[in-house]
Amino acid sequence: MKDHDPRGIPHTTPRQSATFTQDANSDIRRAAATGIYDIRGGGAKRKVPSFDDLLFLGASISRYPLEGYREKCETKVTLGTRHAKNPMELDIPITIAGMSFGALSGPAKEALGRGANAAGTSTTTGDGGMTPEERGHSSKLVYQYLPSRYGMNPDDLRKADAIEIVVGQGAKPGGGGMLLGQKISDRVAEMRNLPKGIDQRSSCRHPDWTGPDDLEIKILELREITGWKVPIYVKVAGARPYFDTTLAVKAGADVVVLDGMQGGTAATQDVFIEHVGQPTLACIRPAVKALQDLGMHREVQLVISGGIRSGADVAKAMALGADAVAIGTAALIALGDNDPKWEKEYNELGTTAGAYDDWHEGLDPAGITTQDPDLMSRFDPVEGGRRLKNYLKVLTLEAQTIARACGKNHMHNLEPEDLVALTMEAAAMAQVPLAGTDWYPGKPGTSY
Amino acid sequence: MQTFDLEAQGLRELNATLHAQATDTNQTVWDIVNPKGSHAIAVGLDAPIEVNVKGSTGYYCAGMNKQATVHVHGSAGPGVAENMMSGTVIVEGDASQYAGATGHGGTLIIKGNASSRCGISMKGIDIIVHGNIGHMSAFMAQSGNIVVCGDAGDALGDSCYEARFFVRGSVKSLGADCIEKEMRPEHIELLTELLERGGCDAKPEEFKRYGSARQLYNFDVDNAAAY
Repeated sequence: MKDHDPRGIPHTTPRQSATFTQDANSDIRRAAATGIYDIRGGGAKRKVPSFDDLLFLGASISRYPLEGYREKCETKVTLGTRHAKNPMELDIPITIAGMSFGALSGPAKEALGRGANAAGTSTTTGDGGMTPEERGHSSKLVYQYLPSRYGMNPDDLRKADAIEIVVGQGAKPGGGGMLLGQKISDRVAEMRNLPKGIDQRSSCRHPDWTGPDDLEIKILELREITGWKVPIYVKVAGARPYFDTTLAVKAGADVVVLDGMQGGTAATQDVFIEHVGQPTLACIRPAVKALQDLGMHREVQLVISGGIRSGADVAKAMALGADAVAIGTAALIALGDNDPKWEKEYNELGTTAGAYDDWHEGLDPAGITTQDPDLMSRFDPVEGGRRLKNYLKVLTLEAQTIARACGKNHMHNLEPEDLVALTMEAAAMAQVPLAGTDWYPGKPGTSY
Repeated sequence: MQTFDLEAQGLRELNATLHAQATDTNQTVWDIVNPKGSHAIAVGLDAPIEVNVKGSTGYYCAGMNKQATVHVHGSAGPGVAENMMSGTVIVEGDASQYAGATGHGGTLIIKGNASSRCGISMKGIDIIVHGNIGHMSAFMAQSGNIVVCGDAGDALGDSCYEARFFVRGSVKSLGADCIEKEMRPEHIELLTELLERGGCDAKPEEFKRYGSARQLYNFDVDNAAAY
C-alpha cells in the first residue's frame, strides 16, 4: 500500500472500529450467510471482573503464617449437614460440576469419576441421566434433577449420594439446552427416550413446579423418596444471587450451588452465554449475605462455580464465603480438551487450540465432547482420570499454600479480610478494599 | 388390608412403611385415611402393592411410582403420578396441573378432568382422562399415549415428539408441530385397549388422533417462526 496518494497527500492509518470489531463483523457475516444464531459450548469469553482482580495480603507482623508442608491446613468439607442423614464428605473443597453423558462421551464421564475418586471428591451427572460407568467409577456421585428429566428414574435417584435440583446454569440463566442430532447416538437416544438423530431441546424450567413454594414441596417429595438420607442441592445461575439463595434456603435446600456466567454449557446460543447473567465474582458476596441474614452461613453450604482455574481461584472463592467450588471447563481441559497437540485438526475445523467451542457438533479431536466412536477411541479414561487427579491435587496444594500464608489452618478460615482488589469494579463486587486503601465502593458508613 | 391414619402417624412414617412393605406377605393392600390434601403421599413406591387413598391429595401423589396401584378416592393436586415408571394410578375426581408429567410408563386414569399441562414431557406413560384436559397439555411429550374422552384446551401437543393423543371432543387449538393424523386400524386397536384399560364408556371410532408433524425435529431457520 502506498503511503500517500498521487497528489502527495499522506494516507491516514487504516483504523479498525472499536465498535465494529473484527469479531463483531465476523458475527454479522456469519448471521447474514446462515440466518441462524451461533450456537457453541463453554462459558462467557468476554473479559469480566474476576478472581484475577483480587490479591491475598498474606501474613505480616499482625498475622503470622503457617509453615508450608509442615503445619496442617485442613481441606475436608462436608456438604449437606442441614437435613441429610448422610451428608457428602469430601477430602477437598473442589467438586466436579454436572456434565451430561451425551454432551460428553462415556469414557470422558468415566475419567471424571476416576479422577474425582482418586482426589476424594464428588462428580455430578447431567442431562441424560446416570450411566453405569459413571456410577461405577464415582464413589461420590451427585445426581442432577433437571428440567428435561431425560433419563430421570427413581432407581438412579436412590443410587445417588446427593441430588442436585438444577434451576439454572451460569452460561444461560433462564435458558434450556440443545443437543444437536449429530451427537444423538443409539445409546444417547435410548437413555433420553427420543428418536436418534433429532435435535434434543432441554427445557428451561421444570415441568411440574414453578416458584419457591412449589420447590419446597418438590424437595419434600425427593426427600421422601430417598428416605431423607442424601443431601439436596439447589443449583442456580448467577442472576439474582441474594434472592435466589434466600429462596433456595427457604425451600429447604441443604446446599446452594451458584454458577456464574463464566460457567460452561454443552451448547447454547452465543448471545446467551455472553449477555445474560453475572460474573462469578459479583455473585458470591450477595449469596453469602443471604445466608448470613438467614443465620444459615455454614449451615447451608455454598458451592461456587464458573471460571475456577487455579488454587488461587479456589482460595479466593472460599475467602469470600464459599464452602467449596465446582469445576467443569477446567476439568475438561485437564482431561485434554483444547490440547495444542490436536492443532492441525482444530485448524481443519476452522479454529485453534484454546478456542475450540463447537462441542455440540460432536467433532472434538480430543475425543471428549463427542459420541463418534473413532474420536472417542483417542481418549483413554484411565490416563484422563490420572490427569484430573493430578490437577485436583495441584489446585488443593495451591489453595493450601495461600491459606497457610494467610495463617489459616483450615481452608474455611480464609476470609474477606485476607483480600484486596486491584480494580474499583472488583472491589465493589467482592466488597474488599481497593489495594492501598481501606475503602470499597458501597462500603457501609461511606458516602460512595 | 392394613389401614394407615396419615393425620395421626405422619407422612414420613407413611412412606417409610410403604417402602418397607415386605414382598413375601399377602397383606399388600393399604387404606390411607385422613389424607387431607397432604403432599407426597405414596411416593417412590416400588412393589406390587395396592394403596387406596381415602380422600383428596396434594402435590405429587404417587410420584415416581413403580409397580404399585395407587387409587385416589378424591381429587389429586399438581403432579399426580409424575415421572411414573410402571403400575397404575387412578384418580376418582379431578387432577390438577402437570398430571403424569414426565411419566415413563404405567397407566394414569383420571375419572374427572385434568388441568393444564397434563402429560407434559411424558416419556412413555399412558394417560386416560374421562373428562377434559387443560391448555398446553402434552407439551414436549416424547412418547406414550393420552386419551381424552372430553375436550382438549389450547395448544395441545406443542413441540411434541412421538407421543400420540386421542381426543373424542373438541381441541381448542393445536400447538406447534402438532397435527391431526390418520386413524389407522392399529390405532383403533390401541385405543380400544386403552379405553378398556381406563374403564371408559366410549367407542374408538369417536376419537381423532393427533401427533407430531415432525417438522421441528431438526432446527431449520425457515421454521424459526414456529419455535
